[in-house]
Amino acid sequence: MIQASSYAGVVDDAFIFILGTSIVLLIGVTLTMLFFAFRYSRARNPVAAQIEGNMVLETIWTVIPTGLVLMMFWYGWTGFRIMRDVPEGAMEIEAIGRMWSWAFRYPDGHTSDELVVPLHQPVRLTLTSEDVIHSFYVPAFRIKEDVMPVARPENRNHLWFQAEKTGEFNVLCAEYCGERHSKMLSKVRVLPQEEYDNWLAAAAVTQVDILKLKGCTACHSLDGSRIVGPSFRGIFGSTETVVSGGTEHQVVVDAEYVRKSLAEPLADVVKGYPPAMPPQQLTDDEIAAVIARLQELR
Amino acid sequence: MLAVDTPGSVRPSPSFLQDAGGRSGIGAWIFSTDHKRIGLMYAAAMFTFFIVGMCLGLTMRLELMFPGEQFISAAAYNRIFTLHGVIMVFLFIVPGIPAVLGNFMLPLQLGAEDVSFPRLNLASWWIYMIGAAMALASLVVAGGVPDTGWTFYAPYSVRTDSSVSLAVMAAFVLGFSSILTGLNFITTIHRMRAKGMTFFRMPLFCWGLYATAWIQVIATPVVGITLVLLMLERTLGIGFFDPGKGGDPILYQHLFWIYSHPVVYVMILPAMGIISEILPAFARRTIFGYKAIAMSSMAIAAVGYLVWGHHMFTAGMSDTARWVFSLLTFLVAIPTGIKVFNWLATLYKGSIELSVPMLYAFAFIFLFSIGGLTGMVNGALSTDIHVHDTAYVVGHFHYTMFGGAGIGFFAGLHYWFPKITGRMYNDRRAKIALGLIFVGFNLLYFSMLIMGILGMPRRYADYLPEFQPFHMASTIGALILVPGLLLMLWNLLHSARTGAPAGPNPWRATTLEWQTASPPPLLNFEVAPEVTTGPYDFTHDPLLQENPA
Ligand SMILES: [Cu+2]
Ligand SMILES: [Cu+2]
Repeated sequence: MIQASSYAGVVDDAFIFILGTSIVLLIGVTLTMLFFAFRYSRARNPVAAQIEGNMVLETIWTVIPTGLVLMMFWYGWTGFRIMRDVPEGAMEIEAIGRMWSWAFRYPDGHTSDELVVPLHQPVRLTLTSEDVIHSFYVPAFRIKEDVMPVARPENRNHLWFQAEKTGEFNVLCAEYCGERHSKMLSKVRVLPQEEYDNWLAAAAVTQVDILKLKGCTACHSLDGSRIVGPSFRGIFGSTETVVSGGTEHQVVVDAEYVRKSLAEPLADVVKGYPPAMPPQQLTDDEIAAVIARLQELR
Repeated sequence: MLAVDTPGSVRPSPSFLQDAGGRSGIGAWIFSTDHKRIGLMYAAAMFTFFIVGMCLGLTMRLELMFPGEQFISAAAYNRIFTLHGVIMVFLFIVPGIPAVLGNFMLPLQLGAEDVSFPRLNLASWWIYMIGAAMALASLVVAGGVPDTGWTFYAPYSVRTDSSVSLAVMAAFVLGFSSILTGLNFITTIHRMRAKGMTFFRMPLFCWGLYATAWIQVIATPVVGITLVLLMLERTLGIGFFDPGKGGDPILYQHLFWIYSHPVVYVMILPAMGIISEILPAFARRTIFGYKAIAMSSMAIAAVGYLVWGHHMFTAGMSDTARWVFSLLTFLVAIPTGIKVFNWLATLYKGSIELSVPMLYAFAFIFLFSIGGLTGMVNGALSTDIHVHDTAYVVGHFHYTMFGGAGIGFFAGLHYWFPKITGRMYNDRRAKIALGLIFVGFNLLYFSMLIMGILGMPRRYADYLPEFQPFHMASTIGALILVPGLLLMLWNLLHSARTGAPAGPNPWRATTLEWQTASPPPLLNFEVAPEVTTGPYDFTHDPLLQENPA
């Protein structure tokens, strides 16, 4: 399996030690059991010896496993210390998890839906949840940490890594977070420093689709297909039946309705769809951008 | 420990199946305070739920055979894995062995007429059935089956509009059944042992139940409180777990695992007790290291309270908390290892017969060893970070809970089947079933171990195409395992009516339950037994006296 972070090798060494020891023990236990079953079968050994115990043996098989598990603990702990010890001067990026998409905010303030990082550069990720618990997981980096909703920003979880291979690696959500948990995927793109600088310069000026950036498209398609909520294709200006506190009525999807639905999504839910959307905290500019995009999709 | 008059020397009483204590019809069962009937009623209910849970598991495996959506939506998948977990954990494997085999065998093994509080025992069954009905009612009430996973993690469980409150209330009610059963067993073990049966002359199954009962009594209230907090959170919005109101979701996880880790020992300790009964009986020799095995049960129960944090290694606990929990977790492995080594030593110089219960015991040792050893990866910090919340964990705990507790349960069912029914199961069918179970099981769950290490998260309704070969292998395993389980259950049910009469002691075992008729009479023994030796005293092996070697 690809080792794409600086500490992946250390983690894998611990895997090899623990799994290797385990396999030896398993084979030992199994072969002993089968050998005894064969050697002391009723046919070969009709009269059993009545052996009640043996202090020396009990001591041996208490002390040796104790030593082994302490070594396993030690391997795990030393590797873990490296994973928690954020190097001085690490680049700060904020990873935002929400039902059901990821966003990454860079030091210069711009946001992307993929994590792009330079090669050989320590990166510290601060993990922000906008709703329930998620877990940021990059198997190729051997790193995972839960994205917890917290009362104060300083209580947010964090992790760090240093990418050692260029390429694209999967980002997965590892903590169950509802219907589209298994679709809460993204990528880490590792670029050589120079390409990264170019990407950053370009990213700062390119407009990323606000609907993608804010995670709307995790539930609302742009092509008319159904995901969780109604598709954005052609919805703006249409007349929809909505359910408000159990009663149905008709609304026209206009700027006013969009604004209200972002602040209080459960107030008027389009009929036939689950009341699943969390409230969105968007700035006035962002709301205007969303409305403009919806108009384009008419 | 044989010290009772040979059954038959007095006029034999009718068996508990004929003698309903004056009741008739269905009332002879559902109002019976006979520990044996209560055990069988638990068995009937539990294996019904087991089959439901198994079908749900199979549905998930079929859906996951290919990436993308096959025949169930992600929303349905999430409800199915929740229901599978709730049923298998709360309705089957936690109450499982104590409620069925513990109820039936504990008084018999102690030489008692019944448990200490027979009416409380019946009440426990009724509470269990009420809890089960509530859990199943969540299928039909508004909101539908919960979609939170059996762990009900806040804040998701607070926001979802599925019927979490009802399921949580069900788990709360089931907890009382568990506490009362534990209480009953502790008192029974302390107060009802036969004359001459000291604590260290008790069969090891009783020791397993004893350690288990203490966990049930002490740990279950914690989950009760946790679930009440969750209900208050959902109904009144108090904010215990809501950071917006100053609460913390990690508090829920602590409270939940303070119970739910120790409870894995509720599942496994009685199974270990069963294995400790079967090995001496079919190796015709005393157990090796009786005290080490008995005390390791107590050690596991005690240290098991202090390791819950290993479920939260990625949740953002302080680094100090993480290493402390990691170290403590490894300490639990030591008494577990001691048990395995003593079992192996019990085979040494034995006279081993590979009967069906013995084969199940061997399967247990193999599968449980994999379960325990794969847990080392979860105990160590750096490796757990990678496999936490992946299919690896799912594979690991199925090896311990199903390969361990489940297979141990089946071993016990076969071992005590002739005692319970008075008849013998069909041997050939039992062996075929075990073969299917063993092969299917390993294919099903070993595939999960591998895909987890490769980075396949758990609770995924869909997955990246690169994991497909492992999912396919896993599903094929399920398709072998399920017929094996059904064949095993059918064989037992069928043989209960048609099997050859077994006689009081077909295995020539030494513990007290074999010194009375099969099935036992209502009050268990014709003459109160008296004990003069340890439980596995084969120095006067009846088998040898009949066929001298
Ligand atoms: Cu998720
Ligand atoms: Cu645990």
